[in-house]
Amino acid sequence: MKILVIEDEPDMLDNIVRSLEAEKYVVETAATFDAALEKIHLYQYDCILLDISLPDGNGLAILQELKEMDAAQGVIIVSARNSVDDKVAGLNLGADDYLPKPFHIAELHARVKSVLRRRKFEGSRLIELGNLKVDPEERTVYVNDTLLTLNRKEYDILLYFISNKNRLVSKTALGEHVWGDQIDEADSFDFIYSQIKNLRKKLKAQEAHLEIQAIYGIGYKLLLT
Amino acid sequence: MKLLNHTLSYFAAILFVVITGWAALFYYNLLDEIYDSLDDGLENYKLLIMRHAAADSTILHKSSFGEDNYAIKPVAAPQALVFTDVYRDTAMFMENEQDFEPVRMLQTVFRQNGRYYELRVVNSMVETDDLVEDLLYSILWLYLGLLASILIINNLLLKKIWRPFYLLLHQLKGFRLEDQGAVRFEETKVEEFRELNDAVAKLLRNNIDTYISQKQFIENASHELQTPLAISLNKLELLIEQNKLTDEQLQLLASVVNNLERMSRLNKSLLLLSKIENRQFEDQEEVDLNSLAKTLLEDFADQAAYKGVAVSLKEDGRCRVRMNPDLAGILLTNLIKNAIVHNYQGGFVQITLQPLQLTVENSSKSGALDERRMFARFQREHQNANSTGLGLPIAKAITARYGFRLKYSYQGNHVLAVHFQ
Repeated sequence: MKILVIEDEPDMLDNIVRSLEAEKYVVETAATFDAALEKIHLYQYDCILLDISLPDGNGLAILQELKEMDAAQGVIIVSARNSVDDKVAGLNLGADDYLPKPFHIAELHARVKSVLRRRKFEGSRLIELGNLKVDPEERTVYVNDTLLTLNRKEYDILLYFISNKNRLVSKTALGEHVWGDQIDEADSFDFIYSQIKNLRKKLKAQEAHLEIQAIYGIGYKLLLT
Repeated sequence: MKLLNHTLSYFAAILFVVITGWAALFYYNLLDEIYDSLDDGLENYKLLIMRHAAADSTILHKSSFGEDNYAIKPVAAPQALVFTDVYRDTAMFMENEQDFEPVRMLQTVFRQNGRYYELRVVNSMVETDDLVEDLLYSILWLYLGLLASILIINNLLLKKIWRPFYLLLHQLKGFRLEDQGAVRFEETKVEEFRELNDAVAKLLRNNIDTYISQKQFIENASHELQTPLAISLNKLELLIEQNKLTDEQLQLLASVVNNLERMSRLNKSLLLLSKIENRQFEDQEEVDLNSLAKTLLEDFADQAAYKGVAVSLKEDGRCRVRMNPDLAGILLTNLIKNAIVHNYQGGFVQITLQPLQLTVENSSKSGALDERRMFARFQREHQNANSTGLGLPIAKAITARYGFRLKYSYQGNHVLAVHFQ
């Protein structure tokens, strides 16, 4: 899987590249508008992370270019502007997703995985992890081919963990992903714990080879056992 | 008191004094002139009678006035020698009026054929009480006439002259810093008004500039903080992922992450406030608050259940409001979240929707709150590490943006009501 990261902020670029490389993606970078244009014309990527506020040009123009080239890669817009207009314009120009800064790395992975899944396999292929199979289209989970009954939140949590397997998922990242933005000022995320507890119980009852490990004070990590 | 009436009241007082003084002066001058002329007439009459008496001695025995205006009677010589002419006011019975009327009388003494006679000549004169009365009425009419004409002149002329002033006043009354609608200044030839307009224009420009630059500063600062915050948070996440840390180190890092996240939330809220005040949410559509509330309550269900707060929605009609859908979401979210967070285990939140009205009522341990402090930025009733203190100010900014009213009241429970009008 080849990913192009277009980002002008060196530290931000470094963060994204490091975390993507940990997932064994092939990552290329472009720090300027011109460099980005050159790369998209020369190579084919599975996914492009595009910061639309570049110092030497508007990232939306790159999107326009990609649309005209009729290239098949998925594009995720990354923006610090967090403006509705940018989002609408980007999605209209064929972007797959819009990720406002600041974001959690876990959220980035979830978005990238989701885009890759949709692009490569048209969303039909199952995700397999140990003795677990997830059908993202149907939103169903099987353990050893037995259906695991999960409510909406539990399913979202599990899928988020699977997208970030072996990685840290902070409580905040999980909360914002599953419960939406309005959760961000909640006076505690402890209520997330009760959902995790239920999920753990269900996974254990079906003998799934997964473990949700708590990382003290920060969040959780999904491990294969 | 209006400026126009103010000048009128001064005019009224001054005119009263001037006209009263003038009337008194006029009255005495007039009277003086009348006496003068009467006395001259009597003097002349006296000479005529004396000449007549010389020719015809019969009139020397005319001792009563009768149909003529004079009477003669003999007097003793010693008395006559010390006598001087006297003019005096007296009263005489008038047949036509059937009443005593004032007359002017000349009393004099003359010698005829070696004997002395006293002559009294009268002439009817003005009735001073009538004169005073007439004068008083004419002056009153003059006074009222003057006041009326001043009033009319004031209203027509001054109103026209003061037009630029009233126009400016009207516009300043409606001026709001956050609206920044330009104030229109009318061309005027009056120097004072021109200076006033210039001064106000300059003052407004300075204020607007300061306001804009402050707003821009907040927005830019929040915006510029986003990236370093994002980078720091992500770096910490990468560090924690490396799995090389002890539990103690993890705890320290967890605290750093929490605080950075808090800062990031604060920053996001400030940006949001700036954007609302800068009117960056332009799109409007008919938002169905009933369905929006239902969706949000589902999102909040877990949180409310965890906090042991019973949340209920009462629909007394459909509440449809024309506004930006994102802002509608933020408004409702902040109100509901506020009600859930500032609550206690076993408490309740009651949301009521009526046409054009939303009410959020919640139980709380605290008593009535100060409404002004409540909507001020960073005013937190207690130090809550995860609250930004911007939730209600944002709600207030959204309602202010559309001219809705957000009111707080306390009836044993906290009630926040939005009137969408």
